Amino acid sequence: MWGLIHKLGSPKWFYYRSAALQPWCWGAAVVLLLVGSVWGLVFAPADYQQGNSFRIIYVHVPAAFLAQSVFVAMAISGFVFMVWKIKIADMAAAAMAPLGASMTFVALFSGAVWGVPTWGTWWIWDARLTSMLILLFLYIGVMSLRGAFSRRDSGARAASVLAMVGVINIPIIKYSVDWWYTLHQPASFTLTSRPAMPLEMWLPLLMMVVGFYGFFIALTLTRTRSEILRREANTRWVKALIEEIN
Amino acid sequence: MAEPSSRRLGVAIGATLMRDLKRVRRRRGEVLNPLVFYALAVSLFPIGISPEAELLAVMAPGLLWVTALLATLLSLDGLFRSDFDDGSLEQMMLSPQPLAALSIAKVAAHWLFTGLPLALMAPLLGIMLALPIHSIGVLMASLALGSASLSLIGGIGAALTVGLPRGGVLLSLLVLPLYIPVLIFGTGAVQAAILGDAVLPHLAMLGALLAAALILAPWAIAASLRISING
Repeated sequence: MWGLIHKLGSPKWFYYRSAALQPWCWGAAVVLLLVGSVWGLVFAPADYQQGNSFRIIYVHVPAAFLAQSVFVAMAISGFVFMVWKIKIADMAAAAMAPLGASMTFVALFSGAVWGVPTWGTWWIWDARLTSMLILLFLYIGVMSLRGAFSRRDSGARAASVLAMVGVINIPIIKYSVDWWYTLHQPASFTLTSRPAMPLEMWLPLLMMVVGFYGFFIALTLTRTRSEILRREANTRWVKALIEEIN
Repeated sequence: MAEPSSRRLGVAIGATLMRDLKRVRRRRGEVLNPLVFYALAVSLFPIGISPEAELLAVMAPGLLWVTALLATLLSLDGLFRSDFDDGSLEQMMLSPQPLAALSIAKVAAHWLFTGLPLALMAPLLGIMLALPIHSIGVLMASLALGSASLSLIGGIGAALTVGLPRGGVLLSLLVLPLYIPVLIFGTGAVQAAILGDAVLPHLAMLGALLAAALILAPWAIAASLRISING
């Protein structure tokens, strides 16, 4: 068990093993996203109240899901890095942060665009938009803290601590903001209870959500692999690898 | 040598607290600055928005709380700065007592000289903003309780940025999002008091936030200080 974990933590081992995994992740993500978007944007029936504007849901909801999960994944990676000193975990956390921040931005932007036909305004200070905005600030904080340190290891550990502090605070912030103001429609997509929307609308959404997660995994894998090459550039195996390519 | 370790820990915490209090007594400006900032920033709002009493009374809870939050933020940079510069922080890290406990003492001193004075000064500014008299007590209580959480959470940000040459702006970026729950329940308490609603639930939530921060923040502060010192 421990042997496996330490093997996994070795950048070289991870780099060679993930090479086989990478095309599968990208393939699954691309297929799911293509099928999901064509199905959702073209074939799914229009909403009887919102018309075609409801189709923003196929970008908005997956992006919002990912925005929150990436932060949790980042905090878990930070924890693993702090406790077991596994460098791969920090490389993954560094690779994830910009993606999480951009997904938060996509969720906010698509929410604002969706707000125009449904609420008649670009922005409402409602509970979910507000906590999304705060999440964006948390992401920016983690990323700029990492960049502020001149020693990479200190920046990595500081970012890990802040990610863990943030992940404890996210539920508290979410609860307090909910408490502060609720105006948004109730959640329309859950995995546990029966969907409130018809199946032909819900299935493409499920596909998009899974596709977004697949995209996240594939992109994190690729970015972590290039981070490995960058950080290990002076080791013998990376030099040998580069010579092989040349 | 034969003293029980719990007692030695108490002595260390007390000594750290007394040291900070003594330092503050010798440099009174550091205490006064956040207070002056508080008064100045609050008085900008009637000038910038409107001197009408009805309008100000509506906005007063939020204004007083947001400005107190910013005043706390302003003072945070100094929480560990001088100890970092003169090496006292390294001595604390090397001492046999846990750094988390010593950092609680430092945060407590910070609250005694920032949060508590802000809470004591708030009634004066509240009256100037036409806050109804019967809500002044709640304003003070909520600020006193909430600013303790602000000091603890802010301590994490201060510890993370103390080693950075220009940590001030970054510090506010890290800390302000984490302050939002305290702000919500703090202004909520004052607004409830104005409307004559039940105030205790809000204060209880502020107390709960303080309890959680008191348990978790010292560990994060200690871990962050270690990173800053080694970085």
